Amino acid sequence: MTAAAMDATSHDALVVEAVSHAYGAEPVLDGVSFVLPAGRIGGLIGPSGCGKSTLLALLGGLVQPERGRIAHPFRRPAYAFQDPCLLPWRTARDNIAFGLTALPLSRAERIARAERLLAVVGLSPEDGEKYPHALSGGMRQRVALARALAVEPDLLLLDEPFGALDVGLSRHLQALVRRLIDARRLTTVLVTHDLAEVVRMADRIIVLSPRPARVAARHDIALPFSVRDDGFVQAEVARLLADPAIARALAYDDAMPRER
Amino acid sequence: MTAQRGAIGRLLGGLLGRLRAGWGTAASLLLLIVLWEIGHAVYGSLLLPSPRETAAALWQMTRDGKVLPAVIETGRDALSGFLAGVVLGALLGALAGLSEVARRLLQPIATLMLGIPAIAWVVLSLLWFGNSGLAVVFTVLVTCAPIVFASAAEGVLSLDGALRRMARAFRVPRRVLVLDVYLPHMLSYLFPAVATALALAWKVAVMTELLSGAGGIGDGLATARAQIDTAKAMAWILLVVALLLAIDHLLLDPLRRRMLIWRREIPGAALPTARRGGGVDA
Repeated sequence: MTAAAMDATSHDALVVEAVSHAYGAEPVLDGVSFVLPAGRIGGLIGPSGCGKSTLLALLGGLVQPERGRIAHPFRRPAYAFQDPCLLPWRTARDNIAFGLTALPLSRAERIARAERLLAVVGLSPEDGEKYPHALSGGMRQRVALARALAVEPDLLLLDEPFGALDVGLSRHLQALVRRLIDARRLTTVLVTHDLAEVVRMADRIIVLSPRPARVAARHDIALPFSVRDDGFVQAEVARLLADPAIARALAYDDAMPRER
Repeated sequence: MTAQRGAIGRLLGGLLGRLRAGWGTAASLLLLIVLWEIGHAVYGSLLLPSPRETAAALWQMTRDGKVLPAVIETGRDALSGFLAGVVLGALLGALAGLSEVARRLLQPIATLMLGIPAIAWVVLSLLWFGNSGLAVVFTVLVTCAPIVFASAAEGVLSLDGALRRMARAFRVPRRVLVLDVYLPHMLSYLFPAVATALALAWKVAVMTELLSGAGGIGDGLATARAQIDTAKAMAWILLVVALLLAIDHLLLDPLRRRMLIWRREIPGAALPTARRGGGVDA
């Protein structure tokens, strides 16, 4: 029947089976199914407002699906959003430590871990003392990323984390994120509306149709991240857009109202 | 080493900035005293006693033991009315922020209360409470509460934003959510209103005392007026202003400066117009 049945062989995979969800009378997701093996990056791409963020909230357990099933062995999901969502009254370091308050750690341990994560995402201890307003957009996104990684998640959910950054900066951060994910063998779901980004980052691409979202296409990219150069990305994007199902799903991008 | 030097540089810079701002204040005060002296030279002691005469009157009043009890009485009544007003305004405002029904019921009342002149409340509270300190407390309360109400409602209304979603995503415990997300957010909304209310509390308290004759600085002013002793009246005014400035500089300004660090941006919320604190280098 569905792709879920197709490769639901391993038990340590993220399995989404015929998930439907509605806000009030308006359906947002309509029977979405896919499987993401552990340690892989799944890219959810679709037009703005198609329900990608809702699907992400369902995956993290923030919202329960109305119909269908989400199964995975992961216990500790963590998020990074397009808006870094930092507390303006806390320094960068304390913002990273804030995400740790749900864990049974002492304050000293939280601070120590936050300081370690600052270095991991390439921020200096001085940056850690700064308040968010004194940080650039890219630095804030690094802080948000560090906050997510600090909880040592086994499932990382990224909601257009590079959406607000300029091209050069987002390329730089994409490489950093991919490196960090690979080093931890972290199962990751990346939500975006940028086909080039998802081709560069993801191992498995799931294309969603406009709202209410259905899976319009699935596509795996076997090439390792390190050898995906601009030429590959361009060719792959062109190849994907040649698929009528994908082109139809994504062509709505401009006609649909923005999600936020 | 460089970090240390940077820190020292920042400290020195801050100190210099403070000093520069302090000089500005001192210069403007000096200018005011000069103008006062000129006015005195033109109109004479009966209409406008000189700064020296005023200082002498203040010193005399202090030696007679009139100043300290008056300050304590006015301070006590103004502050208790202020605190009660802030608590009441914040609670009702929070309620209005939480419930649509409460907002529709309370908002017009708050607007109405804001429209009633303070002097009208003075007359009413004198009729209701007589010449007691309670009249002062009540007047201050009803003038302060509606000011705080609106900002508290706005603060609660804007709570359900991106930060709350983020905190929920990280499964942050309730206590941390309240202390680290809700409280600073509310403070950033409440603070400007509370600062305004505090300044108003003093003025309204003195006004009520003046009319009630129940003691305090206002009563002193009333007595000076009855005795047509302009020097004494000026001395009381000087005292009120000095107290107000002391509260603003010692209590509110450090808070304001601290909040300015992060006030500029709260995701998903427009900020109420911030009062710029003196001596803050942008």
